[in-house]
Amino acid sequence: MYLCGLLEPVPCGLSDTMLSKSMQKYSIYALLRNALNFHENWHRAWRSPAPKPEYDVIIVGGGGHGLATAYYLAKEHGITNIAVLEKGWIGGGNTGRNTTIIRSNYLWDESAAMYEKSLQLFEGLSQELNFNIMFSQRGVMNLAHSLSDMRELKRRVNAIRLNGIDSEILTTIQIKELLPIINTSPQSRYPILGASLQKRAGIARHDAVAWGYARGADSHGVDIIQNCEVTGMLRKGGCITGVETTKGIIQAPKIGIVAAGHTSVLAAMAGIRLPLNSYPLQAMVSEPIKPIHPCVVMSNAVHVYVSQSDKGEMVLGAGIDGYHSYTQRGSFHVVEGQLGALCELFPIFSRLRLVRQWGGIVDISPDASPILSKTPIKGFYINGGWGTGGFKATPGSGWSFAHTIARDEPHELNAPFTLDRFVSGALIDEHGAAAVAH
Amino acid sequence: MSAGYRLQKGGLIDRKTRLNFTFNGQAMSGYEGDTLASALLASGTRIIGRSFKYHRPRGIFATGVEEPNALVQLERGPRTLPNQQATRISLYDGLIADSINCWPSPDYDAMSILGLFYRLIPAGFYYKTFMRPATAWRFYEYFIRHAAGLGCAPTEPDPDHYDKMNAHCDVLIVGAGPAGLTAALGATRSGARVILVDEQDQIGGWLLNENRIINGQPSKEWLNAAFLELNDTADAQILTKTTAFGYFDHNFIALCEHRGPTQVNGNGLSRQRIWRVRAKQVVLATGAIERPLVFADNDRPGVMLSGAVRAYAHRYGVAAGRRVLIFTNNDDAYRTGLALKEAGVAVPAIVDLRHDPSGELAVAAVRAGIEILDGSAVTRVLGSRGVTGVDIMNLNNTGDGVIGAPRRISCDVIATSGGWNPTIHLHSHSGGKTIFDKRRGIFLPSKTTEANFSVGAANGTFSLSDCLKAGMKIGKQAARNAGISSHNRRKAPVSIKEEEADSRLLWIVPTACPTSHKSRHFLDQANDVTVSDIQLAAREGYASIEHAKRYTTLGMAPDQGKTGNTHGLAVLSQVLGTEDPGETGTTTFRPPYTPVTIGALAGRDVGPLMDPIRMTPMHHWHELAGCAWEDVGQWKRPWYYPQNSEDGLKAVHRECLAVRNAVGILDASTLGKIDIRGPDAVILLNKVYTNSWESLKINRCRYGLMLSEDGMIFDDGVTTRLAKDHFLMTTTSGNAAQVLEWLEEWLQTEWPDLRVYCTSVTEQWANITICGPSARALLLEFTDDIDLTNESFPSMSMREGTIAGVNARVFRISYTGEISYEINVPASYGMHVWTALINAGKKYGITPFGTETMHVLRAEKGYIVVGQETDGTVIPSDLGMNWAVSEKKDFIGKRSLSRTNSMRTDRKQLVGLLTENPTTILPEGGQITAKQTLSTPTPMIGYITSSYYSAVLGHSIALALIKGGRELHGDCVFVPLEDKSIVATVINPIFYDIKGERLNG
Ligand SMILES: Cc1cc2nc3c(=O)[nH]c(=O)nc-3n(C[C@H](O)[C@H](O)[C@H](O)COP(=O)(O)OP(=O)(O)OC[C@H]3O[C@@H](n4cnc5c(N)ncnc54)[C@H](O)[C@@H]3O)c2cc1C
Repeated sequence: MYLCGLLEPVPCGLSDTMLSKSMQKYSIYALLRNALNFHENWHRAWRSPAPKPEYDVIIVGGGGHGLATAYYLAKEHGITNIAVLEKGWIGGGNTGRNTTIIRSNYLWDESAAMYEKSLQLFEGLSQELNFNIMFSQRGVMNLAHSLSDMRELKRRVNAIRLNGIDSEILTTIQIKELLPIINTSPQSRYPILGASLQKRAGIARHDAVAWGYARGADSHGVDIIQNCEVTGMLRKGGCITGVETTKGIIQAPKIGIVAAGHTSVLAAMAGIRLPLNSYPLQAMVSEPIKPIHPCVVMSNAVHVYVSQSDKGEMVLGAGIDGYHSYTQRGSFHVVEGQLGALCELFPIFSRLRLVRQWGGIVDISPDASPILSKTPIKGFYINGGWGTGGFKATPGSGWSFAHTIARDEPHELNAPFTLDRFVSGALIDEHGAAAVAH
Repeated sequence: MSAGYRLQKGGLIDRKTRLNFTFNGQAMSGYEGDTLASALLASGTRIIGRSFKYHRPRGIFATGVEEPNALVQLERGPRTLPNQQATRISLYDGLIADSINCWPSPDYDAMSILGLFYRLIPAGFYYKTFMRPATAWRFYEYFIRHAAGLGCAPTEPDPDHYDKMNAHCDVLIVGAGPAGLTAALGATRSGARVILVDEQDQIGGWLLNENRIINGQPSKEWLNAAFLELNDTADAQILTKTTAFGYFDHNFIALCEHRGPTQVNGNGLSRQRIWRVRAKQVVLATGAIERPLVFADNDRPGVMLSGAVRAYAHRYGVAAGRRVLIFTNNDDAYRTGLALKEAGVAVPAIVDLRHDPSGELAVAAVRAGIEILDGSAVTRVLGSRGVTGVDIMNLNNTGDGVIGAPRRISCDVIATSGGWNPTIHLHSHSGGKTIFDKRRGIFLPSKTTEANFSVGAANGTFSLSDCLKAGMKIGKQAARNAGISSHNRRKAPVSIKEEEADSRLLWIVPTACPTSHKSRHFLDQANDVTVSDIQLAAREGYASIEHAKRYTTLGMAPDQGKTGNTHGLAVLSQVLGTEDPGETGTTTFRPPYTPVTIGALAGRDVGPLMDPIRMTPMHHWHELAGCAWEDVGQWKRPWYYPQNSEDGLKAVHRECLAVRNAVGILDASTLGKIDIRGPDAVILLNKVYTNSWESLKINRCRYGLMLSEDGMIFDDGVTTRLAKDHFLMTTTSGNAAQVLEWLEEWLQTEWPDLRVYCTSVTEQWANITICGPSARALLLEFTDDIDLTNESFPSMSMREGTIAGVNARVFRISYTGEISYEINVPASYGMHVWTALINAGKKYGITPFGTETMHVLRAEKGYIVVGQETDGTVIPSDLGMNWAVSEKKDFIGKRSLSRTNSMRTDRKQLVGLLTENPTTILPEGGQITAKQTLSTPTPMIGYITSSYYSAVLGHSIALALIKGGRELHGDCVFVPLEDKSIVATVINPIFYDIKGERLNG
């Protein structure tokens, strides 16, 4: 009998500091090939380098938006000397905590353009990144429960359609046909009067979006540095020059802040006060069950949104907690309220059980639209304010923010979303984004 | 299968009460006191179901909440429950259970073919494939989804209901094992109000599974005495079958109390109750959960936790097998060997990872004639559908490999123990920190952030005698911390301490070939996660525990990895080369500790009680009149009153004409009413409204617009001055609560110096509005103390007097353009006045009208509805309402009105629209374009906010917001719909009685 070394550190495909210029390709053939080797030859999805003293661009925040920004900076603008600094593990913020609803049925032209660009990028993202992000275009339904809901819904559907984006209105009967388990009884407290449906909308695997972008960015040479918290900003005159971190000072002439609930905290380190409020937003999942819910349902009056994950869990969420906080958990009564709404819409879920519940910190701007902007400090850029609904925007946000950083001017897609709008008053009010902004 | 795994004697079961049940259609029986798991074991059932990913056969592994494998679909029909742990189901007569995730049966499962491809589908394989062609994911997903998902949801609504309780106490004790019980005794003896909860159906915790001696008597007798003492203490409440599942801020703990189907069905009791407990002090005596050793094929039916095997023998009188091999790294598993031996079950060997185990228990085992194979490991499990034997080899010195030739031993159960993990979940929910005890390889609670203690096994104290002592001490301490200072000198109960030797930590039990190659060492049996999956994750850079967890799905199943997480973490640390799993980190435990029924969390807030229904004092009348209802916020409002077979449109025409030509009556009680009092009332109004209020005379009314800080219209309404420092503000029906909140927020945070009080009086007053040319004549019949002439009671004023014998405030406010009286009477008189007016009004043709008619009439006059003509992006000038905006004073939102964007001339402005064809009604929400086109995308210049057919005008009318609309009067615009585009002409938004003459009657 021979002795086997079980406990040695596993050999890595590439050493930590080597550049994985050529990304190892994922495919069914690669899986087959690697199965023969007991999967021992897979490369790291991204390296884990030590930070260099200086970069061309630093992105603070390794969520989906930050990683996408780095990816598009490298891919579209040829800037590859980039570090993404993440205080914990990439995707560990709202990217890995959200309910993954992706849709582009927004009312205002400016929003529609941004979210539609994102949706289109999502449609090819698995192929572009060679990482299956499992974008499931199962359709998103927004329910209307009152005459004013219906009026608002029609207005939206008309606007969205005229913006060239798919959107339609469903009658109660059509809703029931698509989703037999929903309660359409006219006797219910807030009966369903109709719904809008965006068929191209759906859900995706949130972690995969972060990991896919990380792998893509890494393959272009971007350094992804985890467990590296930014604790201060370095400025000289009116320019940004670098950051202080738990891994030391790192310099760069351009810094992009993409930190969701902590965006205003980081901006404050550079002396900028942002019009953002941070609140907990909770989500939860049920035990896994066999497929029963074929689309995504969102309701504002009966406040809950629901989809079923590939694993079979019901994924649930609703509105923000009523107070400011940076702890990634919320209050119990909010959960109770959401589940009451769930049982109202789907009475058969009453006997299912809740398995996990958590919270993320969302950054809400006064008009519930994001801020993708230059700032009064040269080289200092902000991408935040996505609040409760930015997962769906991950690709478009990264894509246009990369342009903003590379060219030092906003792309026409994000030009309406700059900080100036809070001075000029050209707000893009998405509070009613049908009407939960997820 | 052969029956007869029931031991001759022992156990807490009632052998006189036989219970019949069905498993997979097969009739079986057990006893009162059994769980489904113990009854199945007793009947010799080995395979309970199939695993999540590879569809491997799985049996019973544990006894409690930690069970990863033995999941069943319980019952059929509306009461069916998926994914229930057989270990947690108390047996009852007539129970029906079925296996899940297998077809046609757990013994022969078609999907087990997946097991053959296991090498192709390691952790995260789906991220690497199914990408081409791009549209094919939908197809792959269909199959993946159907393969996943475990049990089935019920297909009918829940026939049961749920309740909620709120409770306060001095000390909440979670867990009624030895530590929790002594804590409860300690605290109650000190005089504290105590709630003691335990998830099992009786108190005792782990003691229920043991035969030990406490205070010189059998532990069961001590348990009985403790129960009686607590039960007799008025201030102690014992909640069994109750799980503390979440620990939230400020010592707020959520419990879920369960009732069995025999208690609930048919007698109207709730199935479960959520308890929301606020405790001054919390004692977490949540015990520990055993973890297995991780060896090759450790998921085979027949591999069980050692403690569970002992529990089945002691508590249920069931032998888990006929030949039970023990495989351990610690002394505790020897107790299992001894217990089985005593019960007459063959114990072929105790395989111990340690060399020369020499503790008291090992000595006892040798004495009992059990063979001990020390320094050895199980390297192979024989039997794919149930253990039939094992191969055992010697470990090398470092424990990372095996040497020598294997020895084969036949057995049908492997009772394995890798030590015990303290149950620190609730401590972690509360924000408490943990530390890793390297010697014992366990996470222990350290810093707490709430007022709590962890005690007993939950705190790493595993010996019974120490638990009893520590529990008593902490119980007294908690009472003292809760502010109770009585003297309690009673001593803790005593038990003989059995000295136990250290365990040997070996996170992966080696085999003859590398773990990633052939063997499968399962870490998380519920999600089929193996050691090689974790190794793969680390190799690919998913090296943070959170990444590894998400990549492999370790610990993400309903059991939340209770038996596998620590091993997972330890394996990851090893792969990464950090010796200390504490450094690799622990994943944060999230509520709930065990899954909680969604219906229980919803409680009674479902169906008609989902949201309170608000009804006006005249609700019953409307109902009898057969009105159609409109939901306005929580209010039910009459929408229209159809007569005979009238449809809505016809009813509204009739109602509209009646108001214009005779008199209509409207229930406007839902209007928000806020009573504003105090010397600074005027200052407050000046700050929140755009116009100024000093000059308003007593008994006069004024219309006001409220803006938010961004200058956007937020609410409107009429406010009346009742006295010098007393006003009555009205708000829109839907916004009443928000407006009050808004006033309060400003008063409390920005203007605390203002001497003014706001009180909601919406519910206190009924508002009965009569309007139309005959309104004055009708009202004259009901009052002799109010002069109704235009001179003494002009428009926009208020008079107090008697109407139909009731003290009333009558307001001359019109929202229809007709002469109009809003009669406000105390709510309890509403119905009286309403019916009096209806009866007397017959001769004038009085017609009740609803919200729809009200909206048509106001639209004819070009009056706005907040929320319809406004949407949070509209400023006063957009609506041509600058007349209501003061230039002189400051008010909320004023600065925003001078921003560049507010000054733009191409802002959307309110206009009227007329169609060519008078009967074409434009769709509300229709978008407006400047050019006629159906192709998209196309630029939009505005949208239709309101649109109706005007009966009095004989044509349709619409209001719209259009960019630069005021400059477009006379122009044509287009409303593109899916199939056609409608032409409309832009006009002034007042359609009827443009001079406003009808207001004065
Ligand atoms: C419960 C919930 C449900 C949601 N549901 C949806 C939905 O269904 N659809 C949708 O479109 N959106 C949804 N959202 C919103 C969405 O998750 C976010 O808008 C989006 O993920 C934001 O991505 P991000 O990359 O900007 O932020 P994040 O993923 O939060 O990334 C920010 C990163 O910055 C890091 N960071 C912070 N401070 C520092 C520092 N000082 N130094 C270094 N790093 C730092 C954080 O650790 C974090 O990883 C939901 C959000 C939550 C919380």
